[in-house]
Formats: sequence, C-alpha cells, structure tokens
Amino acid sequence: MKKPTDLGTNRTGVLASPVDSKKTAEGAASTPLVDDGGPIDLAMERSSWANDAEPVGSMPLPTSIKGAVKTTIDMVRGHHPTVFLDKLGERLAFERTGVRLYEALLIKLDAAELHEGGPTRAEIEQIRDDELRHFDELRAAMESLGGDPTAMTPCADVAGVAAAGVVKVLADPRTTLSQCLDALLMVELVDNDAWVLLAELADGFGQKEMADRFRVALADEEEHLLLVRRWVNRGVTGQAGLAATPARPDQGHPANP
Amino acid sequence: MSLDIFNERGVPLDKQRFTWKELAGPPFSKIDDDAFTRVRVILMNGIMSDALRFLHVFGRRNRELRLPLAEVRRVSHHQQTMVNWLNPPDQSAIETTIGFEQVAIEVTAALAQHEPDAYLAQNYRFGLLEDFDHLYRFSALMDRVEGKDANNILQSYTDIQPGRPTAVEHRAPIDDVRRSYDRQRTAPLTKLNALTLVASEFQTHDYYMNVGPTFADPVARMVYAEIASIEEQHVTQYSSLLDPDETWLEQWLLHEAMQVYNYHSCLEQESNPRIRGIWQRFLDYELGQLHVVMEHFKQVEGRDPAEILPSTFPDPIKFTSQREFVRQTLAREVGFRAVGPDLFADGSESEASRLYRSQLNTPVSPTTVIAAGYRWLPGTELVSLPAASRVATAPATTH
Repeated sequence: MKKPTDLGTNRTGVLASPVDSKKTAEGAASTPLVDDGGPIDLAMERSSWANDAEPVGSMPLPTSIKGAVKTTIDMVRGHHPTVFLDKLGERLAFERTGVRLYEALLIKLDAAELHEGGPTRAEIEQIRDDELRHFDELRAAMESLGGDPTAMTPCADVAGVAAAGVVKVLADPRTTLSQCLDALLMVELVDNDAWVLLAELADGFGQKEMADRFRVALADEEEHLLLVRRWVNRGVTGQAGLAATPARPDQGHPANP
Repeated sequence: MSLDIFNERGVPLDKQRFTWKELAGPPFSKIDDDAFTRVRVILMNGIMSDALRFLHVFGRRNRELRLPLAEVRRVSHHQQTMVNWLNPPDQSAIETTIGFEQVAIEVTAALAQHEPDAYLAQNYRFGLLEDFDHLYRFSALMDRVEGKDANNILQSYTDIQPGRPTAVEHRAPIDDVRRSYDRQRTAPLTKLNALTLVASEFQTHDYYMNVGPTFADPVARMVYAEIASIEEQHVTQYSSLLDPDETWLEQWLLHEAMQVYNYHSCLEQESNPRIRGIWQRFLDYELGQLHVVMEHFKQVEGRDPAEILPSTFPDPIKFTSQREFVRQTLAREVGFRAVGPDLFADGSESEASRLYRSQLNTPVSPTTVIAAGYRWLPGTELVSLPAASRVATAPATTH
C-alpha cells in the first residue's frame, strides 16, 4: 500500500516543472505593478475593521435565581464570573469534541501498522473515556455556577473554529495515524494549559472543591500529553528508520476503515 | 478522435444509475494530480450545475415536458454530485478559488482561439483579461492572509500577474449586455462555446457567493463580494451572446450537445485513470440523454436535430497552458473597455459605468488593497523580504 512518504508525483513545487515555473517567475518579475503600496494597505484596512467589530457573541443569562444572585454578588466584588463561565464552556465543548477525536483515532489505529511504543487500543480508549469524564465534570461545574452547559459560549465557539482543522485531519480517510497524532498533539498541548487556567479560576472564585477536581483532570491531561508526545516521536522516528526496533514494519499507511 | 453524435447512442437513460458510495467517492489528490484534472472537475461541475439550472427553468415554463425534464435532471444532478465530490477535503475554499480562476483563464483562452465568430472571440478575450486579474488578486489574498503559494495549485501552468485591474472592471449593466449570435447563421461550435462559458462563469459566481461569507478576514470577505460582482457581469455578458429566439427545445438540444462536447474533451485528455473512467461513463450518459432530447425535438417541433447539431464534433477543448496567447492578449487588449455591446481599444467608457464604479469603489477598493504592491514569487512574497521587515503592522490602535 502506498505511504505518504513514498516518492511520487507531487506537482506543487516549482522544481516539479522547471521550464514552466521559470516562465511564470520571469513573467511575474518583469510585469509592471498596477497598484502602489504594500502589505501595509491590508494591515490598515484590517485594523479599521478590528476597531469597529462586534464580538462573535455574548454569554447566556444565568439559568437559575441562585446563579443570578451569585453572579451579581461576584460582580459587586469586582469579579467577572462570566469570564470563568465562558472558559468553562470552552473546555466543555473542547472535551466533547475530544471524545469524538479519539473515537476517530481508534479507526486510524485499526488501519495502521504500528511501531514499537505506538498507541494501544486500551490507551486510546482510556483517553477517550477521560475526555468524556472531563466533559461530565465541566457540565456539573457549569450547572453548579448557574450556567447553561448546553449553551455555546463565545470562547467555545472560537475554540471550535480553531479545532476545525483537527477534526478534518482525523475524519479524512486518507490521513495516517501519525498525521492524526500530530494534530492531537496540538489539542493536548492546549488542553494542558487550559486546565491549569481553569483550576486557577476556580480557586479565584472560591470554588475550592471544583479546583481540586480540575487538578485531577489536569493530571489526566498531563498523562495524555506525555503519551501523545511519545507516540508522535516513536511513529515518526520509526518511519524515518531511526527508531530502535520497529515491532511492525510501518505506521504510515492511509487508514482504510 | 471525432465523435459522431448521431450514431453514438451512449447509455439509455433508464440505465443511468448511481449508488451513494459512487457519488461521494474518493477525491483526486490536491498535490499529486495534474492541475488540469482539477480544472476539468471544476469546469464539469459548472457545466452540470448549469444543466440543472436550465432544466428547472424549462420545467417551470412547460407542462408537457415536465416528466422527461425531471428524469434527465435527476441523472444530471447525480452526475454533478459525483464530479463535484472529486474535490478533496484538504483543498480549502481559497485553493479551490485559485482553481476556478485557472479554469476561467485556460478554458476561456482555449475557446477564444477556436471560436469562429470574431465578435464572440473578442468578448472572450475581454473577459479572459478580467479573470486573469482575479487570479492575481486571489493569489495575493492567499499569500497575505493565509501565507500560502497559489502556484502550489496552478502548478506553473498559469501566470500570476495583473490583468485589467478588477477595480476598473465594474460597469453599469448597459455596458455588459452584448449582441447575441444569430441562431440561423451561427456555427454550432459558437453555440457550444458560449454555453460552456455561461455555465462555467455562473458556477464561479455561485461558488464565490457561497464561500465568500465563510472567510473570517474582512478584506477577504470584501474581495469575494467584489469579484463575485464581476462574475455576475460575466454571466450577463456571456448569456447575452446567446440568441433568445432559440426555442426551449433547441436550447435543450444544444445544452446536451455542449455537455457531450465537454465530457468528450475531458475524456481525451485526462491523466488520472480513475477519473478518465468517470468522463467516459458520463460521455456515454450524455449521449443517451442527447438522444432522448433529439426524440422530443423531433416530436414536438417536427424538426431534424441535424439542423441544429454538427454531424461530427469539433476538436476537443484544449486543456493545456495558454500562457503565450494570454500574454499576447494582455499586451494588446488590456486597455479595452466596453461601451454598450461594443469593446473599444481607446479606453472609451460610458458615464454610467464611471459613476457606477466610482460609487462602489468608495471608500475602498478591496481588490486594490489586497494586492497593493504585490508581486508573486515562488514560495510567496515573504521570501523576498529581509526577516526584520517581513511583517506588516498596522499603526497602534486605541484599544
């Protein structure tokens, strides 16, 4: 089966068509430009839009009287609990997507040939289950603060936009386990920092028990990061022929679920 | 190899079937397949989209033919699906846009060269130089917003240079309506060419209208809005070349023949074996559909389709780089402007177009902003700048 690292007919670079690309480059170099200025024109226009732009949306109203009262008291103290709720909503959405990402990774695993030190099905299932538990944890946390765990908060929306590429990478049948692990490494790096911040915010808002639970989740995420990092490293060095002893010949086959 | 459309009967309409798995089959490779495979996929998606459009409008205007129109249309819809789903998911909206402009340049240039009617050929060259500029503007957008090189998509077949500046392409409608060909005296090839370009430009317009709002960058959103407006002008221009006195059935016959001609052209030049199989299959389907229409034409109009259609098809559309033709056209005709149905070398313009354009381009011309001082280089414009000055930063704001 073909591997993406095999030599093939990649036609994207100029060296793939030296005669034609020389003509394109010479043509571009010798043609007079019709518009003065430079990238600064774009920067100025973008800046004018940024100055006037409305946000992507807003936070939902508290769902309970208790929540409303608590929010009001916090705000009187000079705190902004909606910032905390927004980040909770972001992580909640992120963990929910994380469950789906690791489900997709299991499909990749089935189709891949692994190097030594690569992921096992049990390890991936454990991470998936952790993400699901974190999702539950965050729903409970959101409800306890009077928030709506079904709402898409502004940060949840933007994080979803940021993760859209990762979802595409995992869903594409042509991508390999290694390529998917690269994408998941981005997710896990963000996840780690995000849980540190959430625990800090919970402390700041006097939610000691919640902060403790978040630190347990953080410990899970630290473990995820170590695992994914190791899998990426073993997979890539194995494919490059640098790993010690590949258990099986290759990890770079396109997945065929 | 020429095609005898009267004796080649293709696949009967009731045998033209699909499965979902076929319709959403594996895509082509964005990085390994030849750019002209993408060109053909984008073109044929446009052709099939226009087939649906035409057949729907026809159905609204004709009670007796509603069923046969629906039958052909259902297959056409699935043909379009199968073709459009060849686009790969790793091909972003801006990358697909670059592909659309490559279609607009290379296919229009090919048609302009074999178009027997001098007036239509001139109009194609006129439109070509505008699409050529769109490619330059979108390439600048791709580079400056996403940090990507448009030539990864173009594969060095097509120049990335300014054409007729998009900012001056905006014209009042009166300067976009052209004279139609005369259905009685015009060569079949002219009709097929015009229908091909109408279909292609219509899909380009619709694509930009769909993906434009999906961009986050405010200037990108304006650029798509601006260029979509020109595509609407191009559809107006090319549509007005068609003779409105053609009967509905005559138009249907020509549209089916145009589809046959395009699939035949794709088949003759496709380098991807799997996709060549799709072109062969759809050529056979279209021949079957063409013969259905021929029968309706005979029965309803009591006329011989041979009055309308050529006995053998002209040479296929050339899917190859038209760089030298485009450069010559650019050198000679970039200064042409339209006044009413005519194109003038001296740059004459109507007051209506000047006012229209001035109003739209105030306070900002998005396509001018995106490409200000832009010169394409292999690997993006960033390779030419010393590291310290590579990032354009806007002046500090107040928040």
